[in-house]
This record gives sequence, C-alpha cells and structure tokens, in this order.
Amino acid sequence: MSAMTSDTLTFECETGNYHTFCPISCVAWLYQKIEDSFFLVIGTKTCGYFLQNALGVMIFAEPRYAMAELEEGDISAQLNDYQELKRLCTQIKQDRNPSVIVWIGTCTTEIIKMDLEGMAPKIEQEIKIPIVVARANGLDYAFTQGEDTVLAAMVERCPGETKLSEQSQDKGSSKQNFSSTKGLFSILNFNKKAAADTQPQEAEDYIDHPPLVLFGSLPGPVVSQLTLELKRQKIKVSGWLPSQRYTDLPAVGKGVYVCGVNPFLSRTATILMRRRKCKLIGAPFPIGPDGTRAWVEKICSVFNVEPIGLAERENKIWEGLEDYLQLVRGKSVFFMGDNLLEVSLARFLTRCGMIVYEIGIPYMDKRYQAAELALLEKTCQEMGVPMPRIVEKPDNYNQIQRIRELQPDLAITGMAHANPLEARGISTKWSVEFTFAQIHGFTNARDILELVTRPLRRNNSLEGLGWTSLVKEGVLSN
Amino acid sequence: MKLAYWMYAGPAHIGTLRVASSFKNVHAIMHAPLGDDYFNVMRSMLERERDFTPVTASIVDRHVLARGSQNKVVENITRKDKEERPDLIVLTPTCTSSILQEDLQNFVDRASMDSESDVILADVNHYRVNELQAADRTLEQVVRFYIEKSKKQGDLNLTKTEKPSANILGIFTLGFHNQHDCRELKRLLQELGIEINEVIPEGGSVNNLKNLPRAWFNLVPYREVGLMTAIYLEKEFGMPYVSTTPMGVVDTATCIREIEKILNSFDKDVVVDFESYIDKQTRFVSQAAWFSRSIDCQNLTGKKAVVFGDATHAASMTKILAREMGINVACAGTYCKHDADWFKEQVQGYCDEVLITDDHTEVGDLIARIEPSAIFGTQMERHIGKRLNIPCGVISAPVHIQNFPLGYRPFLGYEGTNQIADLVYNSFTLGMEDHLLEIFGGHDTKEVITKSLSTEEGLTWTSDAQAELSKIPGFVRGKIKRNTEKFARENNISEINIEVMYAAKESLNA
Repeated sequence: MSAMTSDTLTFECETGNYHTFCPISCVAWLYQKIEDSFFLVIGTKTCGYFLQNALGVMIFAEPRYAMAELEEGDISAQLNDYQELKRLCTQIKQDRNPSVIVWIGTCTTEIIKMDLEGMAPKIEQEIKIPIVVARANGLDYAFTQGEDTVLAAMVERCPGETKLSEQSQDKGSSKQNFSSTKGLFSILNFNKKAAADTQPQEAEDYIDHPPLVLFGSLPGPVVSQLTLELKRQKIKVSGWLPSQRYTDLPAVGKGVYVCGVNPFLSRTATILMRRRKCKLIGAPFPIGPDGTRAWVEKICSVFNVEPIGLAERENKIWEGLEDYLQLVRGKSVFFMGDNLLEVSLARFLTRCGMIVYEIGIPYMDKRYQAAELALLEKTCQEMGVPMPRIVEKPDNYNQIQRIRELQPDLAITGMAHANPLEARGISTKWSVEFTFAQIHGFTNARDILELVTRPLRRNNSLEGLGWTSLVKEGVLSN
Repeated sequence: MKLAYWMYAGPAHIGTLRVASSFKNVHAIMHAPLGDDYFNVMRSMLERERDFTPVTASIVDRHVLARGSQNKVVENITRKDKEERPDLIVLTPTCTSSILQEDLQNFVDRASMDSESDVILADVNHYRVNELQAADRTLEQVVRFYIEKSKKQGDLNLTKTEKPSANILGIFTLGFHNQHDCRELKRLLQELGIEINEVIPEGGSVNNLKNLPRAWFNLVPYREVGLMTAIYLEKEFGMPYVSTTPMGVVDTATCIREIEKILNSFDKDVVVDFESYIDKQTRFVSQAAWFSRSIDCQNLTGKKAVVFGDATHAASMTKILAREMGINVACAGTYCKHDADWFKEQVQGYCDEVLITDDHTEVGDLIARIEPSAIFGTQMERHIGKRLNIPCGVISAPVHIQNFPLGYRPFLGYEGTNQIADLVYNSFTLGMEDHLLEIFGGHDTKEVITKSLSTEEGLTWTSDAQAELSKIPGFVRGKIKRNTEKFARENNISEINIEVMYAAKESLNA
C-alpha cells in the first residue's frame, strides 16, 4: 500500500457510509459525572430506543436523564413546544430537583427548527432552575463530540471575570475566605476533608502562576491523578470543566489558561478562547505515558516551570508495562474510527512498538489536534515505522476490504463490526471501551494495554484449537 | 411531548429492519442521520450475529440537508446493488428523516431503473406505528410485492403440495426466543406429518415467496408479526391460517386441533386425527402437565402473580398460570395498545384486573401496590422486581442478550411447556423452601417500603437534608431515603430536613 511507505502523515476524507454512535450518547457518562444534573434529550422514539438499547443504560435505577419524546402533534406543530417543555421541566423539578437541566437537542429538533436556545431562558426564569442547551445532533457531530457540545454550552454558565477578581483579592488578603470561593479553590474530587487538610500548605506547594482550568469529562479518580501530576510540578489546577457538581463550575475569563484532556473537544476550546478570552494550551493529550509526559511538559513550559522527574516517571511506567509490551511489539492494528480518541491511541500504540495501518476517524480537527498529530509523526519517525494513513469519515465497507487485504493483528472497531470480524478470524476490540475505561494519565496506561492485549491473550489461549474462522464462506480468512 | 424513561416497543424503522435483515440476501438502506443505525449494533451484539448486518445508513448530514438527499440515496442503492448483489433492497427512513418529507418513492423509482435488485420503500408512518406494527406491515408489503410480481410474470404456483404443508409466518431476528420456537414448531409439525413449505422472514428467500400459496395453511405463532400477511394470503388465495399461539399445554392442544380441522377440510384423501398425539404429549412427553399435579405446584396454589408483556406472551402466560397451575393472576397487562380488545377478551376470567399501557411507571406502581409473589414480564419488570425484591421471570420482548441463550429454550410447543414450568417454579420462592419457612415460622421480613415507585406526592428535600443523605454510603442510601419518605408521608410532612431524617431513623429503631 502506497500510504504505508509515506514519510509524512497523509489525510484522506472518504465521506463514506460509516457507523458510529449518536452524539446523544454523551448523556450516559455526563449524567454520572455531573452529579446534580438532569439531562433531558428532546427527540424521537429513535433517540430513546438508542439510549435504552445500544447503550443499555436507561434501565438503571433512578436515572437522572429522560427523553422528551416528540410525538406527531409536536412535529406538526399542533402543540406548543414552549408549554410542553415547561410542563416536563416542572415535573422534573418536582421529581428530582436537580441543580441544572441540560437540554440535549437532537436531529429532530434541528430539522423542525425548534428554538431551544430561545425558550430555555424563559422557562429557566419560570421554574428557577438553570437550563443549559446543547445541540448534540447527528447531523453535525459524531459520538463523543456530544460531550463537546455540552461542555461548550456550559462554558457560558461558568463564573466569569468578577469571580476571577474576587479570587485574586482573596489570594492576597486572607486564607479564611476560602469558603466563599470554594468553586475555585477546592481541588475537585478530593473529598472535602482531604481538601481542607491540604489547603494550609497550598501556598508553599504551588508556584505563582495564572489560573489553569482543565476541560474534558473524566472519572473522579483520573481527575485526582492528573491534578496530582501537575501538583508535583507545583502547578495548581484551579478547576475542571465539567466539575462533579454543576454548582462548582470553574471560573473562566481573560488571563485564565485552559487545556483539554480529550481530543474531541475542539468546539469547547474555541468557545473558551473566543467568548471567554482564555488562553488555550495546545498539547498532546494525556493518554499513555508518552502523551501524559508531553502534556505535563507543555503545561510546565507555558508557566515557565522546569519539569522535575518527568523522564524518570515516564521510564518507570514503561518498565512496568514490559510484560504487556512483549505481547504487542511488532503487531499491527487498524482503527476503523469511532470515538475520536484514535490519533492519541495510535500514537501510544506506535510507541509501544505496534504498527498502525490506518486511523479512521469521524472528524479531524487538525488545529485542535495539531500537537497530537505532531507527536504521532515524531513517534513514527523515532520508532522507524511507516506513517499511518488517516481517513476521515471512512467508508466501513471499503475499510473491511482493506482489513481483508492487510490482515491486521487487531482491529479497533465500533460494536456493529466486532462480531462479524471475529467470526472471520480478525481479532477486535470495541472502540467504546476506550471511551468508558480510565485511559488517561501515567497510571492508567496499563489499562489501555490490558484492553488492547485481551484479544491477543485470548488468541494465545485458544491457539491450537483450529477454529479461527467461524463463517462458511471464509470471506476474510485468506 | 411525553416524558419517557423506557420503551417497550422501539420505533417503526427497527421493525422494518428486523424483517428486511431476516430474509436471506436482502439489504436495507436507511435514510438517516449519523448514529440512527444502531440497529446494526443490536443485531450484532444481542444475537451475536456472525455476519455483517445487511443494513447501510445513507447518512443525512448538514451537507445533504442543504442539497437534498436524492443523489446520495440513489447512489447508495445502486452501489449496494453492485457490491452485494441482493435480491431486494428496502429503503427506510427513521422518525427523524421522515420529517424531511423527501420523495423517497421517487428515489426508489429512479434507483430501480439502474439496479438488478428489486427496490422498495418501506411504507410505514413513523409516528403512528411502533416497531411491532411496522414489522407486521413490512412483512406483508414484501410478500405482496413478490406475489404481485409473480402474478405479472405468470409464474405463481397455486397447486397445493401433495402432502399437508404449512408456512410459518413471523419468525424473525431479535425476536423473543424466536429461533428456538421455530425449531420446536418445525418438530411439532413434522410429528404431525405436516411438511414445512416456507418459513418467513428468518432465513427465507424473497424469490421463494411465490411458493407461499402452495402450503395448505399458514401458522402465525405470534400475533404481533405475521398476522397481516396471513390475512392478505387468506384474502388473496383463500388460504386458512392458525393464529392460536401453541404456548402452554392447553393452547398447544387447541392449536393442533385447529390444524386438524383445516387439514380435514381439504377435499383430499387425507383424514387426520391428532387426539392420541395430543394425549400422549400432554400426559407423558411434556413434564408440565405432571408438574401441575405435583406437590411442588400444589404449593403455588393461590400465589399472586402479575403478568405483563406483548399481547401474545402475556395472554398465553396468564392462561397458563391461572388454568394450568392454579396461580392467582392479580393483573395481566400488555403494552400492545393496538391489540387491547383481543387481549382483554383472551384473559377475561383468568385475572383480577387488566392493564393496557406502554408507560412502565404505571406498571411499576401497580406491582408495588399488588405486591405479588412473582412477576412474569419484560426486562423492565425484572428491573422493577429487583427494586421491590420480587422475583421476575422474563417472558416477553423487548429482548435482552439474556434472551439469546446458547442452549435450547423454546417457549412454544411441548418442550416450551417444560421451559415455562421451570421458569415459573424457579421464579417463586422455591415451593419446598417456602413451605418449610412457613412450617418453622421463619419468614421473609423484607417488605415493600412504598406503595408507589414514582414520587408524585411532591416531597421536597431541603438542601441540608440532601447533603446529609449524600454522606450516607451508596448501598444503603436508597433505603434510608425511602424510609425517610415513608415516615414523612405517614406524618404528613411535605418538606424533609435533617430533623425529619433523624426522627425517621429513631422511629424505625424504636
């Protein structure tokens, strides 16, 4: 394949028929992340059945999200959407009393041009609960980008300049005022007691630098790990977007530095820069020890901090991964493209010694991912492997033909293709697992490899049974 | 607008796709935005399907919206025609894209000019019918299309097969134990000396649809899907059909007797008598009739149960519990609102009350109120049961990966009666165990804490009480919350603060 011998990254846009999850799936992790929230997906039966079936999450007890199911009367505008939404939100307030209701607009609200942004402020006034509107629709976005739309909408609700000046005053005057700005000072996901314990020493622990806000939804323990990683370099994280509670959204404004932890948050980054005049730190993403080190280094360089012990830390982590690395070295991998984490994962796996044939990705923002792409290129050069081709909006049918040709050792695919590929002797891993697993930071590199090597280890244990192909035609077996 | 947390039946296009992808060598094209094609995931994951799901989404995005979708849809149809060489391509929109009101029929007409395959547009209203109704309709549409095509070509074969034969209509992908039921039905018919003419749509070929009229009769095991086709074939060719679901010992016999009647009505030399077969199966082959007489089942007498599911399974299950096991069905219900009349008529006399709803909270509240010893329902009722600590046997779709066991678990026919008896027996506190508990005075002290699952009473928690609640470890938090709310309700307190919480705790300890 010509693309495989290229020495720079090649980009293609296949604009094909590809399968990925709908962006409304972000409610599945965001409702758990933002504990005092309620997500209302305004869409059709199709949307609801997706959440219920493909994600299998709706059944869990006391969900903090629901569907506002649009019926024929809503579509044909016989019913007043303002009255209807107000009725539902009032009911949600009575049943669940959340701190915020997030309206998730869908393809349907786009097509019937429902003015969600116009209605939200009025209903918010009437029911006295903030309403955030995110357009996580499949016309414009793919899978994880749903999180991007929600976070971008939440930026508008973050406390702004006034809160920031309060912060700097507090900083100067007294430490007793911590409680009044707890949203800014508490390090999220440490429980309150731990935060209280660490506060007195904070002044010595950190150097003086402009506030740093990190954006991207990560599970609590990972938030703590990354926060701690920066604390080791005496850099203080002022807040996370999103925070564990809506009421603790971080203050953002002029002079605040922001840095993303997920590769699919280009819109949030843009809004933070344009609307709030924040300064974006463009770094590779903290996935894998190499990425995490590059991420920390980049933040350090912005604040003129000489990183301490990072190289040692990275090496140590790599040493700890050796047992897994032996399994993956020299093996090939094919990303069909699903969750926009592909470039970061490909870069890490290349560093692990794997050969990446193709990186399918639903959407590629070359500016927001610039640092990550540069690191991928550098990694390929250093490891002496060909540059992978990056295929935006891939065509799944064509990809399957390419997989048949290339016979990769592993295909990272959406759920719809996993079983059929396995039946044809191609080992697969679900891409969604990387969306839901804890993969960020130094410590979790092992978890990524645990996932990646599972099919390879499974193959080792089934080796010799002689039933790799389980379809009659053997379409992909030779 | 409707506030929904859970759906018993999916949207219409799912029904259409289930029928289309069940046929051999039929490809479906969805006209839909990105992410609406999760049907592929359901089929591949739930059924552990080995083959690529023959469904392609022709993606509607901003770009397509601005330019219109005609070229893209037509291109995708002709492309699939070349790539996969299917016999038939079915085009379907989803709820979303149907609002665009594009002239899809026109796209289909244009695409069929350049395609070897037949191309049709699934004709369903995406806002008026659900998954099951759409599946029923699509199956009928496909059958009608091919019957009419054959009529035009003059190759329709109306001669009946020499030996008695049947078509089985309505076995399809993602159906509740459909594969196992199909195997059981084939065995049953074979034992009755009846040949299988066609099984559709699962594994059937559209090119064989012209042979449908050769069968002596049609068997529709589930009335949700296949009934429209059976009625069409009856109208068109005078083909009789049997739509009594052979589920449970009694109804299996009824079904066989109906088949007997039909076979004997033909002017052929065949005269059949299935009574001895029924008797042998009932008394000696099936274990279910013996189970009804056994001491285990005796202990189930008068136990209260709630049944909920699709019309077919809920009605059959109600009759089995009441008639064959002496269990008191306190309520029988279905989410098939379109089939309410039939359902009511079927369960009349076998249950105390009937519930027709597609709102799971209503079902949950009813179960909480009745406090049955067991529930027989869908995955949703199993979930409700977990919360209320009431055992639940799953008897109906919507399907779950658990409904695709690798082993043989039919619900129909005589083997089905055994499976159901096992399910019933295992769902109740085991007969003997329960009996001993009563004899020796041990008993279950767990009780339903509230009589309702939803919180329409309008209790509010103050923020300090909420904060206090959040400090309680997760695994007991729900219980404390319910106990406090129960206490508040009993004492007519509408606002719960920390004091109320402590008072509730103290009252429980006292």
